[in-house]
Amino acid sequence: MKKASIIMIIGSMLLLGLFKFPLWNIMLGAPQYPEPLGMNIYVDGIKGVQEFDLQNIDGLNHYIGMKTIPKPGEMWEFSLFPKVILGMVLLGVIIGLLGYVNKVSYKFFIGWFLFMSILGVLGMYDFNNWLMDYGSNLDPHAIIKVTNPDGTPMSYKPPLFGYQKLLNFDVTSLPHIGGYLMFVGMSLTLVAFWLGRKESLKKATE
Amino acid sequence: MKNILKSTLAILGVLVTFSSCNNSSNSNKKSGALASNVAEKVYVAPGEHDSHYAFLSGGYSGNLTVYGLPSGRMFKEIPVFSQFPTSGYGYSEETKPMLNTSHGFVPWGDSHHPDISQTNGEIDGRFIFINENNTPRIAKIDLTTFETTEIIEVPNSAGNHSSSFVTENTEYVVAGTRFSVPIPQRDMPISEYKGNFQGALSFISVAPETGNMDIKFQVLMPGFNYDLSHPGRGKSHGWFFFTTYNTEEASTLLEVNASQNDKDFIAAINWKKIEEYVNNGGGTMMPANYAHNVYDEHTHTATSTMKKEVRVVNPSEVPGAVYFLPTPKSPHGCDVDPSGEYIVGNGKLSANLTVHSFTKMLAAIENKKFAGEAYGIPILNFEDVLAGVVEQPGLGPLHTEFDGQGNAYTTFFISSEVVKWKLGTWEVLDRKPTFYSVGHLTIPGGNSRKPQGKYMFAMNKITKDRYLPTGPEMEHSAQLYDISGDKMELLLDFPTHGEPHYAAAMRADLIKERSKKIYRLEDNKHPYAAKSDDDTKVVRKGKEVHIYMTTIRSHFSPDNIEGVKVGDKVYFHVTNLEQDFDVPHGFAVLGQNTSELLVMPGQTKSSVWIPTKVGVWPFYCTDFCSALHQEMQGYIRVSAADSSTPIKWSLGEDIE
Ligand SMILES: [Cu+2]
Repeated sequence: MKKASIIMIIGSMLLLGLFKFPLWNIMLGAPQYPEPLGMNIYVDGIKGVQEFDLQNIDGLNHYIGMKTIPKPGEMWEFSLFPKVILGMVLLGVIIGLLGYVNKVSYKFFIGWFLFMSILGVLGMYDFNNWLMDYGSNLDPHAIIKVTNPDGTPMSYKPPLFGYQKLLNFDVTSLPHIGGYLMFVGMSLTLVAFWLGRKESLKKATE
Repeated sequence: MKNILKSTLAILGVLVTFSSCNNSSNSNKKSGALASNVAEKVYVAPGEHDSHYAFLSGGYSGNLTVYGLPSGRMFKEIPVFSQFPTSGYGYSEETKPMLNTSHGFVPWGDSHHPDISQTNGEIDGRFIFINENNTPRIAKIDLTTFETTEIIEVPNSAGNHSSSFVTENTEYVVAGTRFSVPIPQRDMPISEYKGNFQGALSFISVAPETGNMDIKFQVLMPGFNYDLSHPGRGKSHGWFFFTTYNTEEASTLLEVNASQNDKDFIAAINWKKIEEYVNNGGGTMMPANYAHNVYDEHTHTATSTMKKEVRVVNPSEVPGAVYFLPTPKSPHGCDVDPSGEYIVGNGKLSANLTVHSFTKMLAAIENKKFAGEAYGIPILNFEDVLAGVVEQPGLGPLHTEFDGQGNAYTTFFISSEVVKWKLGTWEVLDRKPTFYSVGHLTIPGGNSRKPQGKYMFAMNKITKDRYLPTGPEMEHSAQLYDISGDKMELLLDFPTHGEPHYAAAMRADLIKERSKKIYRLEDNKHPYAAKSDDDTKVVRKGKEVHIYMTTIRSHFSPDNIEGVKVGDKVYFHVTNLEQDFDVPHGFAVLGQNTSELLVMPGQTKSSVWIPTKVGVWPFYCTDFCSALHQEMQGYIRVSAADSSTPIKWSLGEDIE
């Protein structure tokens, strides 16, 4: 159980990477942008990949009536998410420590994992809603209005995951280092659960 | 008169001989397979980058052009000594001071010899210097922005030709005079030239960090013509070598009268010794008047300061600092090999190439073996300093460059060819024709301890049939050769702009990494900058009207302006708010008596307009900046001089 608990602690602590590295990244390349513009999505705000990328994305998007990329103060998510992440790290570490001194069972590990997964799915859902609004809630006075074949206004929603062509832009949306660290961390808590379970089964058979 | 006739006939005879010889060696016609092999060597696929930068002087265009090698494609014309309406250089209020001189505003120049800054004898790609021949000046171009950032006028100089070459650590950029003149200038009979005129060789210090130029001292030499120069390097670091002609000191019909002496000189100057003399208070401060123009990247503005004195040094006051090396027949180019041992005098009227030895020169000086003196300057014996002679390599040698593999390449103007020969054995290894009448040649990294081999290009004076004809006036031609093998191989023929006298070239990597993409708006310290739409305004100060204007895709702010009157001096101060690579905006107003402005992201430029007619006049963006470029326009209302129309401005709404 000691080994499993240590892995649990390490796994939950890997979430701290989200405070240093971006969770997600969206890159926008176009014929005129051989060096693509990009936004890095952190738990506490959005930053340009290059210094002036956000300004330039906003500059281009005003033609099609998209809102500017929100500043940290303009979205409640950016003040809540850091707290949630920090809370989950603390919770994970505490569970790990208690596991280490055999005060809680390995089942708490999977409990943490499931709780984190639910929060993650909620987060993704919220993120997707924002993308939807960002890409389709357009200024009616937009300079350029593009419609779908059926006459409805075209949506510029970037993909949640993967690649999509939006007008002249090639848009790629993928997790970034922070996101990968989170996935690894969460997987480690599963490993911790599996190890803890194996150990306790072994004990039971002895 | 008889003399002229004779020499003309002689030269004609020679020309005939050499041109017939040339025809037989014309290897220009290649079979298909071979030609495609050559094509591959210069083919840079679409979107790929060239491996080398080449900076070609523009000669009488006054500018510097930037090329890629091996493709021979031109990337930019950098305005230096001439007004350039394309960007507004020399027309905008910010850049007009760059062209200020002691003779007032000079809108044109004749640029000659670019040279890239060096550290430890290797080119470092920070700055490139270039001389103006006519109204003597030296300019510095910053290779992070590819813009001219400093120009210093050179007093006491006339025909600033033996310039602008840098020493091993860019301690100095050196500017020698072609014409000798009265120093200080005064009203005197031209016929009293001999013994009265002098030639100033200027050592301009370059501050290590900023690159700021300052004339440290001028050596006042005898009244010869100082043609070209090069620094010593390695063992000869601390010395500078200048070719001279007209040691006869003739002031008229020089083509004959300056060609009488069997030998002229290469002047060897121990600048370290003179520097020490000057640092100890040596030399005299002479009253002078010359302009020092500096462009500040943060205010985006140049200032011109008149300097009032210059330190001059009489070489006879500094024993052991200056010597003359006899060199046959009006030498032109003065080239020092990468080791610093060999000094090549390209005697343009000689059939042979003369190479002096630095080691032998030092020994002769040590032994005090002098053949005589001229104006107090010791003359060494020709035989004592001679390292070797390249026998009969061609006719009309002008310039030599080195490949760093022990080979030298010399251009021959009259026989129109480049000849490769070996340092030390002086044997000719190869020759290739040029098209036609080559002046300078360049090997990347040329003036340094470490030439970068691989390519050599020849810059020709005559084009004739090389390209589709364009009437009587044609661009000059250049040829690129592969010099990586034993024999030179002609790869490419490309047109150049103006008259490239010389070029500096280097591998692209160092420069490419440092090249700026934008100017940061937050660093913009221009006094009339409007850094956001909130800063835009129109301010009247008596007859002056200052318009603080911004541009961003795709509008001007403000774009409606009223209250301007006929005869007002209207300043359009245009700030480009973009912070995106390669998104300039332009500005032009109908009837503007200067050029347009082309404003880079983060930059501010100002144009003055004095309206002469009542009316509503349009202005627009001259650069196709965006899909809505044609919408990027505005109106300025001009009222009668005695009207009372108030100053008003707006964007996006009607003026109330
Ligand atoms: Cu524009």
